[in-house]
Parts: sequence; C-alpha cells; structure tokens
Amino acid sequence: MSLHRRNLFTAALGLSAAGMMGSPAWAQQRFANIYMFVPAGPGGGWDGLGRAIEQVARGAGLVGNFQFENVGGAGGMVGLPRFASQRRGRADSLMVGGSVMVGAGITNKSPMTIKDVVPIARMTEEIGVVVVPSSSEFQNMGQLLQALRTNPGAVAVGGGSAGGTDHITLGLILKALGRNPREASYVAFAGGGPAQAAIIGGQVKAGISGYSEFAEQIKAGRMRALATTGERRSDPNVPTLKESGVDVVTSNWRGVFGAPGINASQRQALTDLMTAIHALPAWKQTLETRGWDDAFLAGAPFAEYLNRDITSTEEVLRDLGLAT
Amino acid sequence: MDAIAGLSMGFANALSLSNLGWALLGCFLGTAIGVLPGLGPALTIALLLPITFSVSATGAFILFCGIFYGAMYGGSTTSILLNTPGESGSIITALEGAKMARNGRAGPALATSAIGSFVAGTVGTLGIAFLGPVIVELALKLGPAEYFSLMVLCFVTVSAVLGGSALRGLTSLFFGLLLGLVGIDLQTGQPRLTFGVPELLDGVNVVLVAVALFAVGETLYLAWRHVEGKAEVLPVGRIMMSRSDWKRSFWPWIRGAGLGFPFGVMPAGGTEMPTMLSYYAERKLAPPEAQKEFGTTGAIEGVAGPEAANNAAAAGVLVPMLTLGLPTSATAAIMLSAFQSYGIQPGPMLFTTQGELVWTLIASLFIANVMLVVLNLPLVGLWARILKIPQPQLYAGILIFATIGTYGISNSVVDLVLLYGIGIIAMFMRRFDFPVAPVVIGMILGPMAEQAMRQALTISQGDWSTFVTRPASLVILLVAVAALLGPKLYGAWLRRMAG
Repeated sequence: MSLHRRNLFTAALGLSAAGMMGSPAWAQQRFANIYMFVPAGPGGGWDGLGRAIEQVARGAGLVGNFQFENVGGAGGMVGLPRFASQRRGRADSLMVGGSVMVGAGITNKSPMTIKDVVPIARMTEEIGVVVVPSSSEFQNMGQLLQALRTNPGAVAVGGGSAGGTDHITLGLILKALGRNPREASYVAFAGGGPAQAAIIGGQVKAGISGYSEFAEQIKAGRMRALATTGERRSDPNVPTLKESGVDVVTSNWRGVFGAPGINASQRQALTDLMTAIHALPAWKQTLETRGWDDAFLAGAPFAEYLNRDITSTEEVLRDLGLAT
Repeated sequence: MDAIAGLSMGFANALSLSNLGWALLGCFLGTAIGVLPGLGPALTIALLLPITFSVSATGAFILFCGIFYGAMYGGSTTSILLNTPGESGSIITALEGAKMARNGRAGPALATSAIGSFVAGTVGTLGIAFLGPVIVELALKLGPAEYFSLMVLCFVTVSAVLGGSALRGLTSLFFGLLLGLVGIDLQTGQPRLTFGVPELLDGVNVVLVAVALFAVGETLYLAWRHVEGKAEVLPVGRIMMSRSDWKRSFWPWIRGAGLGFPFGVMPAGGTEMPTMLSYYAERKLAPPEAQKEFGTTGAIEGVAGPEAANNAAAAGVLVPMLTLGLPTSATAAIMLSAFQSYGIQPGPMLFTTQGELVWTLIASLFIANVMLVVLNLPLVGLWARILKIPQPQLYAGILIFATIGTYGISNSVVDLVLLYGIGIIAMFMRRFDFPVAPVVIGMILGPMAEQAMRQALTISQGDWSTFVTRPASLVILLVAVAALLGPKLYGAWLRRMAG
C-alpha cells in the first residue's frame, strides 16, 4: 500500500514538474522501467540519491517508471549480495552505492563486494571536515596536528563507524604525520547524533565527519572547523588539510552501479542515461537544494577511479589494523 | 520568545482545521503501526517523506509527531493482549501486561497503559516546552563512561526478573548477551558470530527476539502441552479500572514519566533503559500484597510504570532534535532529513529561526496526546474482546501475526528462521523453567554497555579508573551498588532489630 501511495505522489510530482517545463522539455524515453535498488534504509544518503535520480529522470521523461527496493544494513553489505544475485544480467537495474561500501566490504570480509557489481557513474560527493569543540584548546589545524604528532593516543577523535570515511581520514592524517595509524584513539559512534553530542559536550578532543552533518553546529559556534578534506576549500574561511601541511584528500562519494552479467552495450545504455540526467538543468537544481557537490564521472574513467579507491582503501585499512 | 508566549502562539496555529486533521491522521496511523510488530515510526515516516513536496512544513511535522506519539500508544496494545511487543520500548510492558490479560485483567492493563501514556506524554511535552534547553546541556556532560555506569545500574534490574533460580536466570541473561554479540562490532568494523550470513551483519533485531521468546515460545509451549478437547476461553473480566487500580497506577505513572524523560533527552539514552529501571523500581516499591502479583497474575504497577517511562522518553528524544539538531533515534534522524527537504536547517538556532514552526509543533504534541487518549480508551473494550477467541484459534492468530510482523521488519527469510529457531529454544526454556525476560535485558544492555565501555576506555587511553574518577559515573555506580545490596542489608538490619 505504501508503495502505491508513493507512486501516486511521485506521479503527481512528475506531472506538475512536466507542466512547469512545458512539453518541449520531454526528452526521448530511454527506459520504460528502471529497478532501483537501495542497499540502505529509506531516508538516508543513498536513498536520497536514488529518489533524486527518479524525480529528475521521470520529470524529464527519460524513464517511464521506477521501482524501488530498500535492503539496509552493514554499510550496504546486506543488500549488495542480494542485488548481485537476484538482478544478475538484468539491463534495467541500478544500485545506489558509494565509498562507504568500499571500506565496509573489506572490513566485513564479505564474500561479495563492490567489485562484483558494474560501475556506471559517480554522481555526488561530500567533503569531510575536522572539528573541535568550541571550548577546545586547539585554535587551528596546526595545533591539532602538533598534538597528534606528539602523542596520537591522547587525542581522542570521534566519528562514524570504524573503517568508514571518517576513520580512514584520521588514519591517513597520522600516516602523513609519520605516525603509525594504529596509534589513533578513534571512538566510533553509532550515528551522527551521538557523535555530535560527544564532540559538543567535549567528551572527545576532536571529530571528523561529512561537512553537512556538522554545518549547523559550526554555524552556531558549538564546534570549530579546523580543516576540510577536499582538494579545494569548500568553506572560504576554512583551510584544506593540504594547506594545513598534510597531503590528505578524502571524500564520501555516491554513485550508481549496474547488475553483474550485463553486456557492454547494456552498460553503455545505463551510462548514457546517467550522463543525460546529469546534463539536465533539473539535476543542477537538485544538487543545489540538497547541498550536494557534483562529482560526475561515468564509464571507464569511473571504473579506473573505483579501482584506485579500492586499492588505497585496502592499504589504509591494513595500516589501521582492520583488514588483513 | 518565552515559553508561555511561544506556546500560546503555537496553540493558535495548531488549532486550525487542517492542522487538527493532520494530527488526527498522524495519531491514527501511529496507533495502527504501533500495533503491528515490525513497522516502526521511523520506517513509516520515511515512507511518507515524499509528501513533504506537497504539504506545508507545519502540517507534515504535526503528522510525523502524531505518528511518533501514536506508535508509543499502539505498541503496548499487542504487548499486553498478545505478548507480542511492537517495538523495543514496550518489551518490558509485556512482562506484567500479558500476565494481567491472561488473568482476566486485560481491560485495566490497557487502560492504565493508555492513561499512563497520556500522563507521561503530557509531562514529557511540558518538559520539552519548559526544561528542554536546560536538560539537554546537562545531558551533554554525560560521556561514554557515564553511559556505561548507567547500563551497569540497569543490569541490576535483571535481579527482579531472575525467577526462583539464580543459576537459571543468569543462564538466560548470558544467552541474551551472546545474541547481542552477533553482527559487526562498531569499534573495529569486524563481523562477529555471523557465520558468513550477510543478513546477520547488522545483528539480530531485539524486537524479533522478544516476539520469538514471548509469543512464539508461549504458543509452541501451549501447543505442546495442550489437552485435546478442552477449548478454554480466557476470561475478559471488567474493562474499566477500579478505584484501587487508579490508586495503584498513579505513582508508577509519575515515577515512570520522571525516569523516562531524562533518558530520552540523553543522546545515547533511548526508551529501553528507563522502562527497565521503572519496572525494577515498581517491583521493589510495591506493597506486599501487590508484590505477590508480580510475575504470577500480573501487577498493574508493572504496566503503568514502564508504559509511562517509554512515552516520556519518546517525548524526551525530541528535545535534542529541536534544541540542538541532534538526531538521537532513528525516528528523529528521519524527521531531521524531512526538515532539510523543506530547506530548514535543524540545529542550535532552530528555536530562533523557526520559532513559529517549533512552538506549533510542541502545541500539536499536546493536542495529539489528548487525541490519542480519546482515541485509545474506547478501543480498550474492543481490543480486550480479542481474548474471547478460543485459545487454539487465538494462539494460531498470534503466530501468524508474529510471523507477518517479523517478515515486515526487513523482508528477510533469515529473520523468520531466527524467529522460529529462538521460539523453539524459548519453548524448551518454558518447559524447564528458565525465565525469558533476562534474555531480552541482556540483549538490549549487553551491546550498549560493551560499546560504551570501549568508547570510554579509548578516550581514557585504557585507564579503567575513568569509571570512578568521573564524579557522575561514580555516583551512578554507587546507586547501582545500593540498589543491588540495599534491600538485602535493609532486610538483615530489620531482622536484627526484631531479633
């Protein structure tokens, strides 16, 4: 019943969006149906990306209908094997995924990993941020780095689950400082709420997470942003890690994957679809309202990027003692 | 804006016809999903998120809060009638509630839980309006060390459900601790006891285990021991609460609400711990004649307290969300993402930037609370009639209900295997007099305590003294020691005085 209701709403939405744009905006339909598999619960980041793709693609008439399935848990590692086995060879299937899956597959020792699905396109990314409580003695990244260099164990850093992007960022920072990443005092919290509470309350010395998660706390002056983890500054007043003297760039990217066993032309059709969606003004609009950074990369370059990401993640996780 | 001015403006907005309509719809949906095991408020709100495109922000949040409060009301209904808790906050309610229902007191049990939910919801909503910002600052001072100590205190409550034999009770407890270990360890990302089954990576769902232990175990046991040709009908008894029921429920409601609210506000508190503490407190504080009903025919205090506690905690969860933008439960996290789809950034400045929305929301919580008690009290008689179904059919229905609900949690066959596997174990536990409640307590507290302890030790660089050098932690630990040894020492002292 809930599925029906959702379809009704999105149908109404698609109609109104089409109405706004007028009939010339209707592109040629590329897929009558897309089966969108979200290996996470409704309401999270991956689910948000999947639904945004649906909204834009249907609004423009690129895809006739979307069917969603959510199977959450363990950084996508509960859903991924199900997608890989049930949708094998199906050319109309997409799965949402991202960097979280890369690390989760390695630490979980899952028999099936992101290598078992077909990379189609990277769509968005989120830059991380290193923060301290507003009452902290650390005024800038230099001071925090100095403390980490002297004795990493004494600087408890809070973030998301072990082996995730936040933990990896800390490991890379310690490595760049010439310390052993295993010396890190990383405190993993279940979910953003408890992590933020521990940072604001001064239970940990510093915190690492996606920028959007901490943005309001930074704005309200309860946390101090010391550095962002991107290639360039995402906040003009906050330096990057590179500028602060450690050559570390990390981001939490999200994208879509095809089912295993599809042939080259089927793969190309899905890549073309994502390229067409990315080119739409409505997609730019979506990125803006959701506050996502465009990180579009499709086809072979994405596959190469993914391989590099897997190799480097494996290396860091080994350094952290979380993988063998 | 002070709280009184804010509230009066909020009521002025909330009392519009369309907002009242949203509140009513939310309460109705919430009660319905609360009754069904498996479907929780978080999932329901997530499925309704797309409506945020077409409904005003105020309307949508009133709807969501109605669902949130409603689910807390509905969750107790199945706990009491069918021994099948719908969500983790009502697991403790099932202990005494189901026993009352089996002994012809389903009506008063349902009524005390509905009225207790109302009392606690009102106390909790008043807390949001007047104490929220102050309490949340205090709650932020609690770190992993304090949370660990709180969980140690909650472990004391196991002693109240151990039953006749401590050895059997502790065996049950350790079975629960073992089940709690299954899944990925948060601090290292490594899987434990998953045996290569991906569905086990996220651990075993505690509601599933409670349903398996209470409902499936009981059903299988009765089927096993059922005497052919004797179709018993459970007595329904009187529906309304008697004078003595009111008297016995009143203080448990107040104490439960007082316990629940602060736990809800705590970023790592939740609704389960206060229900355990409330149950323990009521069991210890009850007069001797009521003590006899605990664990046998079912004591009304044991329903009134925990039910009030879980509703007050649910209200408390909204405090860090509204005052700091911190989602401390799955439902709050989903609601925050709904805020974002309206372009509203929930955070420490929400009260100032969106004052009108927030106060309207708080006002509609009061309204939803009244609606829920009006909606639920007349249903008590209707629900209680379910028990008139002859036992074999009733228990068959429970089994079907539990199966559908469990499959609904994650559409996974592995969950069904677990449900019946643990159900069969529970059947044997019943046969050999092992209490099942400690399993659930161990399963809820074990993983939480483990993570809190390891977080605390990481922060203190492995120094165990952190639990006694942090003042708040030390105080909680001393309370735990007092709760454990106090009654024994007091008894010994009394005997000495008498002798």
